[in-house]
Amino acid sequence: MAELSKTDIALLEKIAEMENGLATGAVNIRKDSGCAERVSTENIRIESKTDKPGIDIFIAPGCKESCHIPVIITESGLKEMVYNDFYVGEGADVNIVAGCGIHNCGKDESRHDGVHTFHIGKGARVRYTEKHYGEGDGQGENIMNPETVAYLEEGAFLQMDTTQIAGIDSTQRKTTVVCGKGAEVVITERLLTHGKQRADSLMEIDLDGEDSRGRVISRSVAQDESVQRFVPKVVGNARCFGHVQCDSIIMGGARISSVPEIAANCVDAQLIHEAAIGKIAGDQLLKLQTLGLTEEEAEDRILKGFLA
Amino acid sequence: MLELQNICYSVRDGGERTDILRDLSITIPDNSLTVFTGPNGGGKTTLAKTIMGLVRPDSGHVIWNGEDMTELSITERARRGISYGFQQPPRFKGIRVRDLLNIAAGEPLPKARACAYLTQVGLCANDYLDREVDTSLSGGEVKRIEIASILARQPRLMILDEPEAGIDLWSFARLTETFQEIHRQQDCTMIIISHQERIISLADEIVVIDKGAISRRGGRDEVFSCIVADTTGACPVAYGEKEGQNHG
Repeated sequence: MAELSKTDIALLEKIAEMENGLATGAVNIRKDSGCAERVSTENIRIESKTDKPGIDIFIAPGCKESCHIPVIITESGLKEMVYNDFYVGEGADVNIVAGCGIHNCGKDESRHDGVHTFHIGKGARVRYTEKHYGEGDGQGENIMNPETVAYLEEGAFLQMDTTQIAGIDSTQRKTTVVCGKGAEVVITERLLTHGKQRADSLMEIDLDGEDSRGRVISRSVAQDESVQRFVPKVVGNARCFGHVQCDSIIMGGARISSVPEIAANCVDAQLIHEAAIGKIAGDQLLKLQTLGLTEEEAEDRILKGFLA
Repeated sequence: MLELQNICYSVRDGGERTDILRDLSITIPDNSLTVFTGPNGGGKTTLAKTIMGLVRPDSGHVIWNGEDMTELSITERARRGISYGFQQPPRFKGIRVRDLLNIAAGEPLPKARACAYLTQVGLCANDYLDREVDTSLSGGEVKRIEIASILARQPRLMILDEPEAGIDLWSFARLTETFQEIHRQQDCTMIIISHQERIISLADEIVVIDKGAISRRGGRDEVFSCIVADTTGACPVAYGEKEGQNHG
């Protein structure tokens, strides 16, 4: 187990809310492609994969615990591809915190590609949070390409909150969720890009089971010359309800493309999509100025709230 | 004391100039409640926005407690204790009612105080504190939250643009009580733009603004009866016809 530096701890606090690098429950900290810390509990067992990089997380039926599995990269030029599989037992109710932080002070590109696959058992509830963040005063780019795949059995619930805080030069995010009978997924995506950063987000939610539900809430802010592209898709293959809502604030010379898609393959599928792109409304800025904020403070507050 | 001196404001539309405010002057004493009323398009909102700095006059001066504020920004005026309630308040995705009240107060408010401000506008705090000020709220709810944010600022000069608009009768009754209470405490100057008889009847002075100028001003009994009589053409005296009255 490697010792955590101040930089590591700061990254862990930022991406996984692990104060002083600590968390309760099961923990696996991946640092520069190695394992910096691992703690399994009676109900959550973490094991290294033997055929490829990554871990398997076995969550016992009925388990009510939390699991932190953050990734940090501090070596400039490091590139990795990681596979983490979660097996969530029936009736479990767990809080899973992932996230990736890159500290790149070199001139080389640092890159983390990760595939998280969830197998969520009958009636289980999972709250999955991932935050992505990059920093460093080097010239090397920070790249993250996270992919999430989730299979929800009957009555299962997944709440996925994914946030790109800052400092990621390029990201291609891919999310696929398949919902069984009575299963529900709620995905909230928040994305901030600036400078010349680029972010692509592709999602597909397949509502296969009767009375399954899916909801995507995407909020993004594109600043400077950054470019964003969203392609969320909800497919209704049974009596189900799906809702896609994409809101973006565009600033400076940024460009945003938002292409929500809904597809029904069943007469009882009820699907809705909404998408909006716009700059910060002038009356919002004026209102906050009448409450004593400067124009810059008002803008920051609006963006902070929008992405909260 | 608030003094508006010779305020002129005009807009250009396709090369043609339209005067919105025409050399308008008025003095409003400390801790008074003044109602601006008059026909639609008469210049009431523009005048109120001029006080807050939301509109910059072409000429004239805005003096507050002896300081010329004409060149000050909205923020600087707000920090001097001036607050403005919009006729159609904006909505904010991601900003909760609690957040808006905290911003207004300039500090995180204890829950009890935040609740008290919402109660003053007839809202049940537990139902609203954690709701976003977004399109899930009705126009009347947003309007009352707007007024609550003004109360949380504890301003020295409070300007409210048609606070009654979109508010149901029961909440409106609560709101008028709140305005009366604030006025009774005598530590805030209030300017309310309104066409509502119950609000007009609270005023120390009613100012009728029409075609960018003051057409009449005076106490409740004097002006209110004339407003009523105006509808029948029976009002005998217009503003400026009485001796010694300040021409607006």
